[in-house]
Amino acid sequence: MPRITYIEHNGTEHAIQVPVGKSVMQGAVDNNVPGIDADCGGECACATCHVYVDAAWLDKVGLPPAGSQEASMLSFAAVTQPDSRLSCQIPVTDALDGLVVRMPEGQH
Amino acid sequence: MNQQSGHVVIAGAGHAGGSAAAMLRQFGWQGAITLIGEEPIPPYQRPPLSKAWLKGEATAESLALRPASFYPSATIDLRLGVRVTGIDRAAKTVTLSAEGAEGGTLPYDYLILALGARARRLPLPGTDLGGVLELRSVADADQLKAALHPGARLAVIGGGYIGLEAAASARALGAEVTVIERESRVLARVACPILSDFFQAFHRGQGVTIEVDAQVAALEGVDGRVTGVRLGDGRLIPCDVALVGVGAVANDELARAAGLTCHNGVAVDLAARTDDPAIFAIGDCTSRPLPLYDRTGRLESVPNALEQAKQAASMICGKPAPTPEVPWFWSDQYDLRLQIAGIPFDTTEIAVRGDVEAGTFALFHLTADGTVQAVEAVNASTEFMGGRRIIARRKRLTRARIEDVSVSMQELAA
Repeated sequence: MPRITYIEHNGTEHAIQVPVGKSVMQGAVDNNVPGIDADCGGECACATCHVYVDAAWLDKVGLPPAGSQEASMLSFAAVTQPDSRLSCQIPVTDALDGLVVRMPEGQH
Repeated sequence: MNQQSGHVVIAGAGHAGGSAAAMLRQFGWQGAITLIGEEPIPPYQRPPLSKAWLKGEATAESLALRPASFYPSATIDLRLGVRVTGIDRAAKTVTLSAEGAEGGTLPYDYLILALGARARRLPLPGTDLGGVLELRSVADADQLKAALHPGARLAVIGGGYIGLEAAASARALGAEVTVIERESRVLARVACPILSDFFQAFHRGQGVTIEVDAQVAALEGVDGRVTGVRLGDGRLIPCDVALVGVGAVANDELARAAGLTCHNGVAVDLAARTDDPAIFAIGDCTSRPLPLYDRTGRLESVPNALEQAKQAASMICGKPAPTPEVPWFWSDQYDLRLQIAGIPFDTTEIAVRGDVEAGTFALFHLTADGTVQAVEAVNASTEFMGGRRIIARRKRLTRARIEDVSVSMQELAA
């Protein structure tokens, strides 16, 4: 099962096995990882599951296509960066075993 | 109370109660947590019930707020099929509907009321017929789902969000749908006329029959099963199943009986505190301050449930109360995504940004001095997100500037 490391804004790390097919957001919520709120439950409607993708993984994870729902939602999310993603839009695959994501200071 | 001891009892295991339990652990609460839910299954998300769940596109696993294994692993004592029937504030105990380990009562140091709301009932003949349904719980949704098949006739009483979302899902399943609305337009209580007209036209284009200005006189049936909705003008809308979606009523009786202040919901402050320092209330059952609008009100929404869950958990764990959020709501119907930020109190003008005909637009509601109070966005997430920021900052804008799409949302929100 792919292992994903979630790093809170304060540096606390959570290494979690997430089943293939779930989203990176769901992996955090299922394990009560602080820092990912996911208000809308994965509908890409709220931008409260915002993460920064570790530089080493950015190629594999990719960025949201311009004009996509995710890109629109991220346009005004709190403290975005070029490596920002909404974690509900990243499906977990075997290729993402070892993925590292960091949480922003806040989701609201 | 320090974080090493004490017992938090949460009455109600819906989206608010379930989230409060999880947040208490996230925020470091070390004491006992008991989460008491009336329904037979662990906390789940209600929004998909009228959408993905009805269409068979969700699973019990995807509906669940967290996996069932989460509760024991986080040492949360989840008691299902149990209801809190009374609160003794002096003794700091609650009475349970089923026999608990404490012989039917449970002591608390903090009590969180997450009692939710229930579907408003119609005071009309025939509402007890088989096939007359409401939609609050997964059990309700399963009954509706079982009745929706190609050619089945669904009558929806009430053109609000639940009714319209169910209508859209029913069309996707091949059912024939008639929406019966008492007011002159759908979404009359919750949206502006431009939005109502848009949704009304869209639903009609999808084959939904919409009757507005239509009073329901009775539900009629044969052998105990509904066969039609009788309107005030004498017409009969034949149906195989009827969904009543005419609003919700706060479950505040338990709080009232305990002497807590209630006004259409349990009265709370911006830290989810009731007038008893040991008792919090969160979610649909509360009447809360709306600080942007200098009012109090009841917000029936998931974002509100989560915001208040966070407030209560923060207080109990000794953290500062979180910054108040701009209220927001969403609704998915067909391929339309409606996102609403704020509430259009005291507004005098609507700026239309985008193309209503094309189904990609946002309506900005302005007060006389140009303060943006609310944004209703259809397939326009950038406007929704930008609107939320503009509302939070109490920004003033002119209608002309908002409607000028050569000015980007980034510029408008700056």
